[in-house]
Amino acid sequence: MTTPPAQSNVARAFKDAGFWALVAFGLFLPLIGFRAVQDIRNELALETRWPLLFGFVAIVAAGRLFHNLVIAPWRERRGRRLAARAAADVQHWSSRVTGVLAPCAIGFVLVYPAIAVWLAGAGGAVKWLDNFGIQILIYVMLGFGLNIVVGLAGLLDLGYVAFYAVGAYSYALLAQDFGLSFFTLLPLAGIGAAFWGLMLGFPVLRLRGDYLAIVTLAFGEIIRLVLINWVPLTNGYAGITGIPRPTFFGIPFNASDEGFAAVFGLPLSPIYRLIFLYYIVLGLVLLTSFVTVRLRRLPVGRAWEALREDEIACRSLGINTTNTKLTAFAIGAGFGGFAGAFFAARQGFISPESFTFMESATVLAIVVLGGMGSQVGVAVAAVAMIGGTEALRELDVLKQVFGNDFDPTQYRMLLFGFAMVLIMVVRPRGLISTREASVHLAERKAISGELVREGHG
Amino acid sequence: MSTLLRVEHLTMRFGGLVAVNDLSFTANRGDITALIGPNGAGKTTVFNCITGFYKPTEGRIALAHGSPRTWDDLEALTRRDARSVTRPDGALFLLERMPDYLVAQRAKVARTFQNIRLFSGMSVLENLLVAQHNPLMAASGYTVLGIFGIGNHGRAESAAITKARHWLNLIGLIDRADDPAGDLPYGAQRRLEIARAMCTDPVLLCLDEPAAGLNPRESAELNELILRIRTDHHVSVLLIEHDMSVVMKISDHVVVLDYGVKIADDIPAAVRDDPRVIAAYLGVEDEEVGKVEAEVGL
Repeated sequence: MTTPPAQSNVARAFKDAGFWALVAFGLFLPLIGFRAVQDIRNELALETRWPLLFGFVAIVAAGRLFHNLVIAPWRERRGRRLAARAAADVQHWSSRVTGVLAPCAIGFVLVYPAIAVWLAGAGGAVKWLDNFGIQILIYVMLGFGLNIVVGLAGLLDLGYVAFYAVGAYSYALLAQDFGLSFFTLLPLAGIGAAFWGLMLGFPVLRLRGDYLAIVTLAFGEIIRLVLINWVPLTNGYAGITGIPRPTFFGIPFNASDEGFAAVFGLPLSPIYRLIFLYYIVLGLVLLTSFVTVRLRRLPVGRAWEALREDEIACRSLGINTTNTKLTAFAIGAGFGGFAGAFFAARQGFISPESFTFMESATVLAIVVLGGMGSQVGVAVAAVAMIGGTEALRELDVLKQVFGNDFDPTQYRMLLFGFAMVLIMVVRPRGLISTREASVHLAERKAISGELVREGHG
Repeated sequence: MSTLLRVEHLTMRFGGLVAVNDLSFTANRGDITALIGPNGAGKTTVFNCITGFYKPTEGRIALAHGSPRTWDDLEALTRRDARSVTRPDGALFLLERMPDYLVAQRAKVARTFQNIRLFSGMSVLENLLVAQHNPLMAASGYTVLGIFGIGNHGRAESAAITKARHWLNLIGLIDRADDPAGDLPYGAQRRLEIARAMCTDPVLLCLDEPAAGLNPRESAELNELILRIRTDHHVSVLLIEHDMSVVMKISDHVVVLDYGVKIADDIPAAVRDDPRVIAAYLGVEDEEVGKVEAEVGL
């Protein structure tokens, strides 16, 4: 027999789980309980899926019960134990992980194509290089670029995709019309995007916080609408096709006699082009990261962070906040432009569809999830967000649980949303929430995220 | 002794409210000038006008570097519609025409804030380096050279760290250089804000209630720090303060404001006995007060 208070604990746990089941039922009823299908006469009919619905509700109830009875008491005990330990220890743990993780990760991404080809074969590695490798690295790069604006300078930019689009269209149009090579146009695309960063920067200099966010959001939409409607230049919705691919020192990756495979006497395969693209984007990511690390240690980087902390104090110290904000916008936009040019070169086709607000939101989510200002955090968040959504496509295992007509890709966004909420509850300041000082006198100490401000403009 | 700062007919209106009304005073080079007055008298507004955070409705605020002869250019400069004039032996600035960051950068007026404005998420040392932004920026070739590691940014940065170390020693925070500024106790944050302002190499340091919230011991240390800034670093100080123990002990010259109007302008001893100042602080004795006092048995 348990003692009376414990009994009431168990009762409370069951009651709570019941409540959660009710909420889950209400939530999942329209999402999972009903399904619109076309019947034999081609009419839309509602199909109910009670077993699946109750399956989900049961999972929620059981999960909550498990949480109440096992996880919550464990967390409580652990919380007491942790409180006894100094907060500094936790911080040190976080910065130690960062220090070890970065070199390991760089080593891994350098040999990743070899591992992929070795494990999956030349044909099977295509997916792993394209969907997981290149795709993730593009977002890592976008994340690093936006991190300068949002994470360091504290300027909330919801229209970052505009610069991605500018870079992509700059490359596509200049490559088609002037026949310039990828590596000539890459810096030009970056400079073009940086210029538009300045263009956005000027009108929003006086805006802060929510107002800044709204104007940058509008800027992103303006660029997209211009791309849609300026048909003579951009070909509107139809987009631009046949964008020249990057070549290996003049050797194209195709099936012709001058192609890469023929020249080097290799069997014909798309994998060479992907490996080449992978290393280009990896080079760009490392360059971006290197430049950002250097910028943080230069006066301009410290001024960005000071701006995030307190703009008025910055001005009282003689810092020209106008220039400081504009450099943040321009450099962040320039990195977005690089990523855009690469994106266009990799796809060979671009249209305004690729540059919707959803992209801005994804990149911003990567920055916020990673921990604002942290490079390692941004990289990890990009892997989790982009790799995670890709990996959810592969969840055929779930078919064995829910039956053969269960399509895991349909639940991708739902699971993804859950994961986001969960991470933000557990780590509200992002995965890496501590800040590393840019300079130190005696010892390197991590600064707790609680002290670091998020910026108000 | 020469004049450093000259405030003439300064008026600041916010809509219908006259925060500062036709205020004129001067601050001498090497002096500690205190600006005192009851709450809402307009002291911080005067500070904000001097440091360029507010554009005064009317009036002129002039600051001279170098030789006293630069003052000869004042009228010509005012007519010329320019911000400043530089001559071989000095320079003259019209602060009301300059944006806030140029007041700090060119005219070399540094300030602290009533509610401390440190970069709390940055380390103590970083706070002091941000204050040396402009020389460091120039040394890094405005980032263009610094990004490639060319130029003498490295040397400039170690010089900046040496200067920061000097100030950290002076304010007793050398052991906490790598801690976040937001983690420091209140009194230390006040001292750090003063050190940060001093790292900009000012000629005039404006302190907005530096002793607010300090205990008597910290307050005494602060007095010493301000005196040292004046004597060792030859920086003039403009001070807003409520703590009379600070004002009377260290200031050379006191300006008293009440409802935006200057009511006294003299050496501390004279100001202390001025009936108008006493009235502004304690209120005028009238019949009602006398009656109440009689009722409670005073």
